Amino acid sequence: MIRFLSILVGLFFSVTLLWSFGNGAVTAMSEGQLRPATAETEFHKHPKHLSLASDGAFGRFDRQQLQRGFQVYQEVCAACHALKHVAFRDLEQLGYNEDEVKAIAAKAQTPVYNAATGEVATRPGLPTDRFPPVAYAGLGVPPDLSLMAKARHDGAAYTYSLLTGYQNQPAELLKQFPDAKTPEGLHYNPYFANLNLAMPAPITSEGQVTYSDGTKATVDQMSKDVSAFLVWTAEPKLDKRKQTGWPVLGFLLFASVLAYLAYRNIWAGKKH
Amino acid sequence: MSFPWANEYKPGNPFTQWMDSRLPLPRLVYNAVGAGYPVPRNLSYMWNFGVLAGFFLVLQIVTGIVLAMHYAANAGVAFDSVEHIMRDVNWGWLMRYAHANGASAFFVVVYIHIFRGFFYGSYKAPREMIWLLGVVIFLLMMATAFMGYVLPWGQMSYWGAQVITGLFGAIPLVGEPLQQWLLGGFAPGNAALNRFFSLHYLLPFVIAAVVILHIWALHIPGSSNPTGVEVKSESDTVPFHPYYTAKDGFGLAVVLLIYCAVLFFAPNMLGHPDNYIPANPMQTPAHIVPEWYFWPFYAILRAFTQNFLFFPAKLLGVLAMFSAILVWFFLPWLDRSPVRSGHFRPLFRKFFWFGLIPAMAVLFYCGGAPAEEPYVMLSQIASLYYFAHFLIIIPIVSSIERPEPLPFSITEAVLGSDDNSVLAPSAVPAEKSDAMRPAH
Repeated sequence: MIRFLSILVGLFFSVTLLWSFGNGAVTAMSEGQLRPATAETEFHKHPKHLSLASDGAFGRFDRQQLQRGFQVYQEVCAACHALKHVAFRDLEQLGYNEDEVKAIAAKAQTPVYNAATGEVATRPGLPTDRFPPVAYAGLGVPPDLSLMAKARHDGAAYTYSLLTGYQNQPAELLKQFPDAKTPEGLHYNPYFANLNLAMPAPITSEGQVTYSDGTKATVDQMSKDVSAFLVWTAEPKLDKRKQTGWPVLGFLLFASVLAYLAYRNIWAGKKH
Repeated sequence: MSFPWANEYKPGNPFTQWMDSRLPLPRLVYNAVGAGYPVPRNLSYMWNFGVLAGFFLVLQIVTGIVLAMHYAANAGVAFDSVEHIMRDVNWGWLMRYAHANGASAFFVVVYIHIFRGFFYGSYKAPREMIWLLGVVIFLLMMATAFMGYVLPWGQMSYWGAQVITGLFGAIPLVGEPLQQWLLGGFAPGNAALNRFFSLHYLLPFVIAAVVILHIWALHIPGSSNPTGVEVKSESDTVPFHPYYTAKDGFGLAVVLLIYCAVLFFAPNMLGHPDNYIPANPMQTPAHIVPEWYFWPFYAILRAFTQNFLFFPAKLLGVLAMFSAILVWFFLPWLDRSPVRSGHFRPLFRKFFWFGLIPAMAVLFYCGGAPAEEPYVMLSQIASLYYFAHFLIIIPIVSSIERPEPLPFSITEAVLGSDDNSVLAPSAVPAEKSDAMRPAH
């Protein structure tokens, strides 16, 4: 009885699935394609390759590069984008000393609510503060950048590609998809999911930032540096994690060998 | 319970003697996972995964309790409190990554444990109750994992909660009020986050309780084994300790090695980037996908794209998704073959390796892919096979198949001969002599 019922239920699901499958197949055949082509499916690009010092199991942050990236963030990105999960004290990890961190923090105006007057005033930041919120008057909401490197697939390569990927809309795209013209006020970038984003190219000219370590500030270099910096803001414990990982794996490898020998020893003479 | 030749616990010193006559806890452990539990001597590494699942349950509870000390279940601050754990709590990043990847590892070992059961017929008499309790554990794990994924209150958390509770909205008549009751509101919000946290903390202990029942039920008939032939004599078994504590110890070390490699060097590999974006009710992610361990069932849900008769497509998908696991409850009675192990079932074995496994692989892949062609059509074919396998093929195969001859005993399978076999009525073919209660 139960097997009879089970076959009936099985047939029910089989028939309904075949019905869904058949409908999908008919649609695909009548349209001559499996999925309709759109400007996004045809012109969206995967991020370019980017290699950073922090890549791989042995990779460590390049502090010099992180400092340069921090400079780009401060002089370019910080106009619109906040970094709310990062505290000024964290900057010591980039190689700044205590006084330098105090000086960086002091330049930031941190909002404080005065309960007596009911007003919000500002005071100079302290190393214990996090990066203050950034007011943005324009359209759209510039996202917080703290976690950007982990919030996109292949995050560092994505930011790097986005920053260096602005271009004019290809004529081919407009020919194939005349409706997909970049709307007024948006900017074409093939690395952005829907090809058009509100942010204009932020890094546009060589020397936009003057690096104190003498590195030539090309658009490519600045984009790389700030992408590296955002890897750090997203995962400040990355170095510590990898440093911890190796001894752990070493111990487990040793433990596996011991456990294997114990197993062989105990089972010796016992066929199994 | 257990076999007559099982070692008996003998308290060795005055303290354990004192304990044994008052609270025989050491005796319980000795009989459950010690030298007092005789286990088939021929267990392969496939029999390691129950112990591993137990290990990861404990790991999840321990790391989870530590995380709960620092996490705040409030929609306004949940996301930031997770980042606080990652950045400011000492070793907080380790606890969180261990917990997130621990969930994945738990599902990996449990999936292997379940599919071991499928292949070796571990669900058959007299072990039906172990199997049923196992399916209950799996359902509880899915509920726990789903609610845990909501807690960081990222985009996937939020929209996952929306989609999964929305499934209940597909139920006719009561669907919408039911969904609102589950969420405590019209959309996921603080009420939902709080109750999910409460239940996410509760359910692991319920799982632990069902695990105890699962192990209790296991100790009645004892462990199955790769031949599927029941234990006949002492030479078929070895004491669990030290034999399997040693073998499982090696397995555990190897699995921990893999787990830690992921945990320390690719901790976000199995997660979704969108969950590092704070929950935003105003912006739907381009592709809403659950965690990887739900993918096969998510693929089945999305395979139903057309209304059929008076069934809306969404309701069919929801019915099918839940049925996909519920059919496991009936498996002991759908598979009527008296032979357990797939090693001796030529037809069943073919359907397992060339049917069920590829279908599951396709469902895994398509569940994580966007809901577009060709993934939808592929998941339709794979879902069809999945249901046909359990509901049609297994009942039919088990009644028409001619199993291969079974060894007389585990000892014979291992050593090539068994002195006891000459005492047995040799005129009876091996498979008959081992006939167990037929599964009716």
